[in-house]
Amino acid sequence: MIMGGIPQEHYEPKTNAEKWIHSRLPIVGLALDFLAFPTPKNLNWMWVWGVMLTIFLVIQIVTGVVLAMHYTPHVDMAFASIEHIMRDVNGGWLLRYIHMNGASFFFIAVYAHIFRSLYYGSYKAPREVTWIIGVLILLLMMATAFMGYVLPWGQMSFWGATVITNLFSAIPFVGDAIVTWLWGGFAVDNATLQRFFSLHYMLPFLILGLTIVHIWAFHTTGNNNPTGVEVRRDSIEVTKRDTLPFHPYYTIKDLFAVVVFLILFAAFVFFMPNYLGHPDNYIEANPLATPAHIVPEWYFLPFYAILRAVTFDILFIDSKLGGVLAMFGSIIVLALAPWLDTSKVRSGRYRPKFRLAFYVLIVDFFVLMWVGGMPAEQPYVLISQIATAYWFAYFLIILPMLGVSEKPEPVPATIEEDFDREHPVKSAKGMGDAVATPAE
Amino acid sequence: MSTTTQDEGSRRDFLYVATGAVGAVTVGAAVWPLIDQMNPSASVLALATIDIDLTQLEQGQQITVKWRGKPVFVRYRTPAEIEAARNTPLSALPDRNARTGNNPSADASDENRALGENGEYVVMMGVCTHLGCVPLGEQGDFGGWFCPCHGSHYDTSGRIRKGPAPENLPIPELAFDGSTVTLLEQYKA
Repeated sequence: MIMGGIPQEHYEPKTNAEKWIHSRLPIVGLALDFLAFPTPKNLNWMWVWGVMLTIFLVIQIVTGVVLAMHYTPHVDMAFASIEHIMRDVNGGWLLRYIHMNGASFFFIAVYAHIFRSLYYGSYKAPREVTWIIGVLILLLMMATAFMGYVLPWGQMSFWGATVITNLFSAIPFVGDAIVTWLWGGFAVDNATLQRFFSLHYMLPFLILGLTIVHIWAFHTTGNNNPTGVEVRRDSIEVTKRDTLPFHPYYTIKDLFAVVVFLILFAAFVFFMPNYLGHPDNYIEANPLATPAHIVPEWYFLPFYAILRAVTFDILFIDSKLGGVLAMFGSIIVLALAPWLDTSKVRSGRYRPKFRLAFYVLIVDFFVLMWVGGMPAEQPYVLISQIATAYWFAYFLIILPMLGVSEKPEPVPATIEEDFDREHPVKSAKGMGDAVATPAE
Repeated sequence: MSTTTQDEGSRRDFLYVATGAVGAVTVGAAVWPLIDQMNPSASVLALATIDIDLTQLEQGQQITVKWRGKPVFVRYRTPAEIEAARNTPLSALPDRNARTGNNPSADASDENRALGENGEYVVMMGVCTHLGCVPLGEQGDFGGWFCPCHGSHYDTSGRIRKGPAPENLPIPELAFDGSTVTLLEQYKA
């Protein structure tokens, strides 16, 4: 009932004790109904990222809270306090390496999650609100990761912060005042470090809150699935033919994926903890000496490439402001995807031309990531401009046009029909008593 | 009856609007300190202007002073450096504006950028006008400053001569009494 549209058997308190608590606070029912949520039975491995992200959010919050017990947010002591964590604090090196690499794996998972949604049309009606909240979470993740990277007060921390905060000076008229306000001074300095620490601690809890709303939203509409066909909701019996309860079927499946992903994560934490970082960040911040190449963390490179791709003035907009607008625009078009995509077919599985455009978008994303790490010279500038143009063309031209011009392949009538075709023997036997058929 | 309702209605409307207006002002007044606390504090502003004693410098010596979080180059030039800067015609300069806060429209002749009776001092921001790196002193093709990031060469007057940087190293708005220079305000184009 709380979770909305999909019919499901609800928790009924049986003993007097259960009834007593349920009539005062129905929290047991909320948790059990949540666990038993009817989930499409045909979800593939690309549906594990949401759970993965939740787990990484918890890992980051837990390791972050304990790291904050040893870290000192002051320009004179921040760098030394990181080394204190690495050398003196019991297991400090492990906690910090988990937190550092956790950020990277968080972004691997979030990009996989986003491109899954783009391929299977998960952003489309009626899941627009889930999608928009997701984009907000992405923005908050970026802000949190950026501020976290400043805290060790290494050379990349300082100069990365300088370059990125300077972006706001591109805003006409009030730009410089805003930058001074963000810095709390005339340059990135102690005031900046302290506020970044405060916000870096606070924002993850905002992300946690939005995650709950995100889940609430798609529990109201129901999950999308690889066919893009909606779960039937005529009655509990009919719904059961398209779905399985989340627990134990998907808890076990997701747990397996989590274990595999955590093995990869552990390989980084224990054997190559600094592979994804930059050696210059082990040099203490020096406002009087610039590193030769200022590069952001890998997960920002695609957007950094878009920022730098605008090397020319557009009418009265100079190249600096143009770059900033393009960078934020590249995420705004993502948020607008539900309204830009005109196709009535949800899943890319039945859209041949869309599939091609989508795969090019994936390649495009990696190309942007690559040029973002290259120096701002030819041929990288031209490559970044072409790749940026495709990013915008995909959302602003291809998505609206394909809905009209493309002839989609036939879509299955129900999830059950698709499932039975994929798994003929087992499901034929399971038809009669619907519920108990495992996913595989 | 109807007139009474109307009277009551308009009175209530007034109260709604008045309460809303007071509420909005209160919220604004409560939020403002939360925003304003992020502006530079008094301790930061106290260091917004600084004095640099030039008499501490020997000829041919350069110091770097941190002002508003950024490096300022202060150099007591040798006669050879002064001569090199003064013998450079304006036509040889990519940026012909002096870029000095005291006189933003002056041309880039060395006289307009240097301080002291014979122009023995130069005081300017040590931030490359290309992408904000810090140039290195007594280096480059013109014996002035050289930026290692993307290869911009500045001469002994701090003027851009070669490389990607678009402008001369800017000189803040300042006051000079013959021995002490006071940095007042950043250069604005």
